Amino acid sequence: MVKKNRIVTFILILAAFAVLIGFTTPQIVKNIKLGLDLQGGFEVLYQVKPAKEGQKIDNDVLKSAVQALDRRVNVLGVSEPNITIEGKDRIRVQLAGVKDQNNARKLLSTKAQLTFRDVNDKVLLDGSDLKGGGSKVTYNQQNQPIVQLTLKDGDKFGEVTKKVLNMGPGQNQLVIWLDYEKGDSYKEEAGKKDPKFISAPAVNSVLDQKQVVIEGRFSQEEAQNLADILNAGALPVKLKEVYSTSVGAKFGEQALHDTIYAGFIGVAIIFLFMLLYYRIPGLVAVITLSIYIYLILLIFDWMNGVLTLPGIAALILGVGMAVDANIITYERIKEELKSGKSVMSAFKAGNRRSFTTIFDANITTILAAGVLFAYGTSSVKGFALVLIISVLASFITAVYGSRIFLGLLVKSRWLDKKPGYFGVKESEISEL
Amino acid sequence: MSFNYDFVKHRNIFFIFSSIITVLGIVSLLVFGLNLGIDFESGSKAEVQSKTAINAEELSDTLNSAGLKPEEIPVLAGQNNQRASVAYNKVLSKDEIAKFKTTIKEKYGTEPSVSTVSPVVGRELARNALISVLIASVGIIIYVGIRFEFLMALAAIVALLHDAFMIIAVFSFLRLEVDLTFIAAVLTIVGYSINDTIVTFDRIRENMKKTRIKNKDVLAKVVHDSIKQTITRSINTVLTVLVAAVALWIFGSESIRNFSIALFIGLMFGMYSSICIASQLWFVWKAKQLKKRNFKPADSQA
Repeated sequence: MVKKNRIVTFILILAAFAVLIGFTTPQIVKNIKLGLDLQGGFEVLYQVKPAKEGQKIDNDVLKSAVQALDRRVNVLGVSEPNITIEGKDRIRVQLAGVKDQNNARKLLSTKAQLTFRDVNDKVLLDGSDLKGGGSKVTYNQQNQPIVQLTLKDGDKFGEVTKKVLNMGPGQNQLVIWLDYEKGDSYKEEAGKKDPKFISAPAVNSVLDQKQVVIEGRFSQEEAQNLADILNAGALPVKLKEVYSTSVGAKFGEQALHDTIYAGFIGVAIIFLFMLLYYRIPGLVAVITLSIYIYLILLIFDWMNGVLTLPGIAALILGVGMAVDANIITYERIKEELKSGKSVMSAFKAGNRRSFTTIFDANITTILAAGVLFAYGTSSVKGFALVLIISVLASFITAVYGSRIFLGLLVKSRWLDKKPGYFGVKESEISEL
Repeated sequence: MSFNYDFVKHRNIFFIFSSIITVLGIVSLLVFGLNLGIDFESGSKAEVQSKTAINAEELSDTLNSAGLKPEEIPVLAGQNNQRASVAYNKVLSKDEIAKFKTTIKEKYGTEPSVSTVSPVVGRELARNALISVLIASVGIIIYVGIRFEFLMALAAIVALLHDAFMIIAVFSFLRLEVDLTFIAAVLTIVGYSINDTIVTFDRIRENMKKTRIKNKDVLAKVVHDSIKQTITRSINTVLTVLVAAVALWIFGSESIRNFSIALFIGLMFGMYSSICIASQLWFVWKAKQLKKRNFKPADSQA
């Protein structure tokens, strides 16, 4: 006698999942953040070096450098910057979806140490005299973009200009440098066509004022960048690129498209195989695997994970591994059926006996993935994270999901005396 | 389907086969080494994409006139040669990368991808990968040692290292480029291989409980039966994961192609090693252990 209410329950649960998955998936997929290898962008690993001699690189210095970088990234308007400290003296910056990569890169590593010096390169004013957030772009009479700064103390500028004025004609220049480096000299640079300093206006009177303008030969964009970078503040350290990778937007787009396409084909073949080989349990496997994929996307979204190319690969691979748990169980059930047990008791025995196998096998895989996560860097870490989530999700769906779904069908007694629905031929069954 | 092939009887064939490949792999590594990508060495790599076919000479000339002469003629790839990769032995500076990007964008219309690595970072990555495998191995030995038995743990680790080494050997032999994702692939195989071995060992453990091991033949029968009972599962599982790996290989993005190839090789060896190496090694070791235990009391009685 077939208990119809079990089958109805089965169909209802299935319908509930179908509705849930159908309605929420588009939103979840939209929420998931893509790594720079999937949408274009760049990643730079900086080695942090002292900006001044004798400066020690400790955790506080690294933190303030990260903050300074973060403010600069905000200038760029990147939605999901990822700036992390790595090891003792490294900072990794990942910017996905940046439009102008060249500009962004320049903006990031400029020290932005503005100094006002005399012709003998003696420092008169530096970045610490600037008022934070007081820089902006204005225009001079010729409608050329210029950068206007605000000083903390107007009197100090008066003193400085007085000093420069007193140096006499020919020497009364206030030289403005960005990122002056040891060995740079005004006298050497002054004769060049493209000097390293920004400008060297002559001082003709004492100026007791807070507002100072810099007239370089700026383009609109350069002037804006300079103002932004000065507002964001100078970097407390020097950054040296030790590793960098940049992905063109087109490359990212295509990688995403290709890999998802490959995923669809791979998963479709796996589903087909399961249906043909394991029949009714195979159908249950297809259902639980679909829930599994949904669950992974959901967990990934909750964790605010960033999906990278190796991550997608791990996801697709995870489907293969999740299938394993199903195969182990179904093979076991088939074995029990072949030994002559009834569908009901074969189902129970198969579930019970396959549990430790799946458990031990999955724990060892998690062990390996955990080590990978702890020791890997960025993209490998992403891969390991997806692998760990996959194994956990596959355990839940393949073991418990499968039991519930297949259990309902088995307990409805609809499958009684129908070993063919499990892919077992009558001839293979030995008499008890 | 029924598998009656006697894996236990033919174990020496597998041992010899694996030994030969291992020796060949070592020779290949010594002679050819690995084709290390820039992730492990210092240098720069750029990928260029165009809407129309790229002429390697032309690309080279374009870069040359921008002062960015490539080390070798760019390598073309993709359908109709629309992609090209350019390599430099030196680490391009920020300004050089900017120049590269501008030059290529003007000429071909799309933004290229550029990566640079300094030697320090590359070496660190390789070292970290090696450390991870060792730590994972120790962890697995402990876990399997507790849940199963020490001999099984040992056999599982031999199989695991065997598989990891086989991928490295094949990559050395075929001169495939080893990059950062290669490490991920090797480590995945480490995880997969152990998974596969455990499933077989799990069955051996179960059958050992049911059987009284009187002599070597009974032990051989237990191993044989266990393999026979789990081989359908082993093959079906490996098939499904292989399907995923092959789909990634054929249809996936070019940047994970070597990753998929490494997975493919590793999966094949993973299945082979759990049946033909791990189980057989365990059989040989277990037989020796039993011999010691069984015959010592017998000797003293005589």
